[in-house]
Amino acid sequence: MSLRRFIVKRLLAIIPILFGVSIITFGLVHLTPGDPVQQILALNPRAGPTEKQQLREQFGLAAPIWEQYLNWMKGVFTGDFGEVYRSRRAVSEVIYSRLPETLLLGLFGWVFGLVIAIPTGIYAAVHKDQLGDTVSRFVALSGISIPNFWLGLMLILIGSLTLGWWPVTAPKRAPLLSFDMLWYLILPGLTIGTAAASSIMRVMRTSMAEEMNKEYVTAARAKGLPERTVVLKHVLRNSLISVVTLAATLTASIVAGSVIIEQVFAWPGLGQTFIQAIRNAEYNLIMAITLFTGVFIILANLVADILYAALDPRIRYD
Amino acid sequence: MTDKNVLSGRGRIEITGFNPERVEQRDSLSGWSEEAGRATQSRWSRAWQRFKRNRSALLGVVVVALLAFLAIFARPIEVFGLTVQPFSLAPHPPGELLYFNHPGEGFTGDYQPPSMKAPMGVDGDGRDIFSRLLYGGRYSLSIGFIVVGLTAGIGLLYGAVSGYYGGWVDEIMMRIVDVIYAFPGLILSLIIVSMLGRGYTQLIIAFSLFGWAGYGRLVRGEVLKVKENEYVMAAKALGARDRSVVLRHIAPNTMAPLLVVASLRIGTVVIGVAALGFLGLGMPPGSAEWGTMLDGARNSLIRLDTGPKWWATVFPGTAIFLFVMSMNMIGDGINDALDAQQTGVGKGGDE
Amino acid sequence: MALLEVEDLTVNFYTQDGTVNAVDNLTYSIERGEKFGVVGESGAGKSVTALSLMRLIDSPGHIESGEIRFKGQDILSMSEDEVRSIRGNEIAMIFQDAQTALNPVYSVGEQIAEAMRHHLDYSKSEAKEETIDLLAKVGIPEARKRYSDYPHEFSGGMQQRAIIAMALSCDPDLLICDEPTTALDVTIEAKILEEIESLAEEFDTAIQLITHDLGVIAEICDRVMVMYGGKPVEKAPVEELFYDPKHPYTVGLMSSIPRIGDSTDRLQTIPGKMPDLVELPPGCSFHPRCPYAEEACTLSEPELLDTKTGKPASEVGTNHSAACLAYSGDLTGELDYSVTVNEDSKSNAPASQITGDNQ
Ligand code: SF4
Repeated sequence: MSLRRFIVKRLLAIIPILFGVSIITFGLVHLTPGDPVQQILALNPRAGPTEKQQLREQFGLAAPIWEQYLNWMKGVFTGDFGEVYRSRRAVSEVIYSRLPETLLLGLFGWVFGLVIAIPTGIYAAVHKDQLGDTVSRFVALSGISIPNFWLGLMLILIGSLTLGWWPVTAPKRAPLLSFDMLWYLILPGLTIGTAAASSIMRVMRTSMAEEMNKEYVTAARAKGLPERTVVLKHVLRNSLISVVTLAATLTASIVAGSVIIEQVFAWPGLGQTFIQAIRNAEYNLIMAITLFTGVFIILANLVADILYAALDPRIRYD
Repeated sequence: MTDKNVLSGRGRIEITGFNPERVEQRDSLSGWSEEAGRATQSRWSRAWQRFKRNRSALLGVVVVALLAFLAIFARPIEVFGLTVQPFSLAPHPPGELLYFNHPGEGFTGDYQPPSMKAPMGVDGDGRDIFSRLLYGGRYSLSIGFIVVGLTAGIGLLYGAVSGYYGGWVDEIMMRIVDVIYAFPGLILSLIIVSMLGRGYTQLIIAFSLFGWAGYGRLVRGEVLKVKENEYVMAAKALGARDRSVVLRHIAPNTMAPLLVVASLRIGTVVIGVAALGFLGLGMPPGSAEWGTMLDGARNSLIRLDTGPKWWATVFPGTAIFLFVMSMNMIGDGINDALDAQQTGVGKGGDE
Repeated sequence: MALLEVEDLTVNFYTQDGTVNAVDNLTYSIERGEKFGVVGESGAGKSVTALSLMRLIDSPGHIESGEIRFKGQDILSMSEDEVRSIRGNEIAMIFQDAQTALNPVYSVGEQIAEAMRHHLDYSKSEAKEETIDLLAKVGIPEARKRYSDYPHEFSGGMQQRAIIAMALSCDPDLLICDEPTTALDVTIEAKILEEIESLAEEFDTAIQLITHDLGVIAEICDRVMVMYGGKPVEKAPVEELFYDPKHPYTVGLMSSIPRIGDSTDRLQTIPGKMPDLVELPPGCSFHPRCPYAEEACTLSEPELLDTKTGKPASEVGTNHSAACLAYSGDLTGELDYSVTVNEDSKSNAPASQITGDNQ
């Protein structure tokens, strides 16, 4: 099977999953108790049943549930995610305006994770059970055990409040790619990257150590290749396969992490918008962001699958 | 090519007089026997041996046990008005306002740094953080174990059914898992809590409703592996009913990997619960749950007028970290112990 | 000077269950161009010996003591760089299971060319041309096309051929073959053995062939060493070993070769199993399985003795040696087996595996 056919096949397999994703998104928001109309009108004690009904219709919440779903899906296909109830802004516009901040944060976390974890993982596997390995394992275990929002708070306590190197909150009105913003990005980026780095490092170490015991490694050594070549050429490529498998899962956890980390650092991204939307029962906004997340993670999975096939020649023929 | 086989063309070699029966019939010549000193251990008892030698895992067990002990004996426990646990290690009830109940001891209604009377300081409402930490362990620990127990159980059943029946049942069940996998678990929990409202049961539902998917996938994989084993085939051939085959043979075999994942998941759940608490979407406000204690921590930290109230953030976070780290050390220990990779001659020596 | 001289080699593995004495005081030598067989059941320390020759014993294994002289130089005291220039270049190895010995993510050609580029400083294209030649030589059809195939696209037999090509790529002086045909079925086995033999002839390479299969030894080797429990128990030229075996273990191995077409004679096997190397039986470690064992066998460990003189065997003067108390006179009974050559059927050389082995 060629790589292209492989990709096409995977794309086709995604369609039913996307459908399921839309149902969960919609169902979670609509089938559970809680009602935006109630919330909005709570502020207005004089509102009676007529106003209620009016708002319901205006928000499109009056129709039978399946019709609401169809309407929503119709909108989704045309890129129309409805409007924010309170501000009347288009949901898509809100999302696009906040997306770059979140993407940058996630990317920073990812890159930081890879840059730290891969060399450390290799080092730990090669020096298995020696001091460096023990220390890095302990650090990595701490990295996955530390609640990331609390790590963020601690970084603020140390970096901003004690050392005074960073402001305590994201610079207001600075363009995203300005020095001030990028400098501030370091703290939330480190916070998100820590968990990623720790998991990658652990997987890297385990899979490297496992690969090192395989006979092809002995065979490569028996050829007289320097240990460096044996590890960096023969072993590394095989262990990267398991890192790629992890990548999709990690993307999901980075996405989830950024929702909370943005809260901690007042980083003006989608995560903050999402929490705000949840507090305000902004259904359209919640659904749109959730759907986005789902699609994004599915695509990340797809990329991981393709990378996987590219790294492992056996895959294409399965 | 020249056939240099020394034996060809010269007929067959036949040995006579080498009589193995002599060995079987005679008494053992020395005390040595093949099994001496190495009683065949079951997988689980071997794992237990290995676990016992793992110092960091044992440390984890000690810490978790200690935290559990402190949580249980923090304040008395009453069941239907009957005190079943009379001890109280925590000096104050978790909700007690110190300035109100202990007037004249210098307590105010605001943050106060650690002191002799309040070793971890006083929080923004004038409550003793130390007492709250001890008591709050009840929430984090119990939610963690309950959620993992529930999800692992559901996942076990789900995966066993999916893997065992195969075919379109499997296909549909696994697509459902794929769908759940498209969302970060925390985001789903967030939405669920926001819809159901805050609270203990709500949190358990929020983390259990979709949390089983990972176990389901794992168990299914394991089931596929053991499914072809002879003993399952044999049981089927003997006409055992489908369900009893699944339960009796397959489920026990998947326990090892399930246990490893579950033990490592407890930490994730506890951190998730704490994160929701931190966002104000966990336990009701004022609850002593560790994450909920951090709700508002950011504001207390960056309130510059009087300097950062570090104690209100550092101690609850450390408690979460300590518990999760210990659980993960245990999980790693279980993983190492059950992963029956024999080190030894098999590796560098003869197969 | 022999090509390879191993003297008093001792290798231990430190495991959770205790120290495994995988190779104990092993001494042997191989001449240039000689085909030397090492035979024994699983766990006899054969593979550990092989890996020790290239100093490839990994933790938890450790080469405790001894000397391994290759062309007069002690491999064990060389620097890492020096050993590396010998590995794959002057001593090469053919692995038991080609499938696991090939890296699944690199093409077969690349993996063969690699060693040449490293040791012989070939350019990429030179190495490729050489590799294609080699692949053709070891009998892979359409070698040029196959060069860029991945290991999983090769059949088991072809993988083994590729491993042979890899081992021969730098024209080594010593080729270690570790159970080169165990993973293959009988028809391919014969072909591969033939291939190894004729290539070794062509390249004038000495071979150390490790196997549990006496049939394979008969096919190729000049001299044989029989190992049991990490120790050599008999060393002899191949003909003498077959027609005049001296050690009861060797005799047991030979009597457990199935006689094809001989349905009347029940297959005799060596009773029991190879003991675990963690805890070897006292005295002669073969005594729990030896039909001739006596009290004395549990008390003292027999040395390797010249079977003619009963004096300790020496590398130079001794032709045939065995480690059994029968040759030091400590055994009261006799080794009352006899070997007869059955002239009437000519075809079947021992061709199968030792049945004591659980492969
Ligand atoms: S020494 Fe004794 S036990 Fe060992 S082989 Fe000889 S007769 Fe058998």
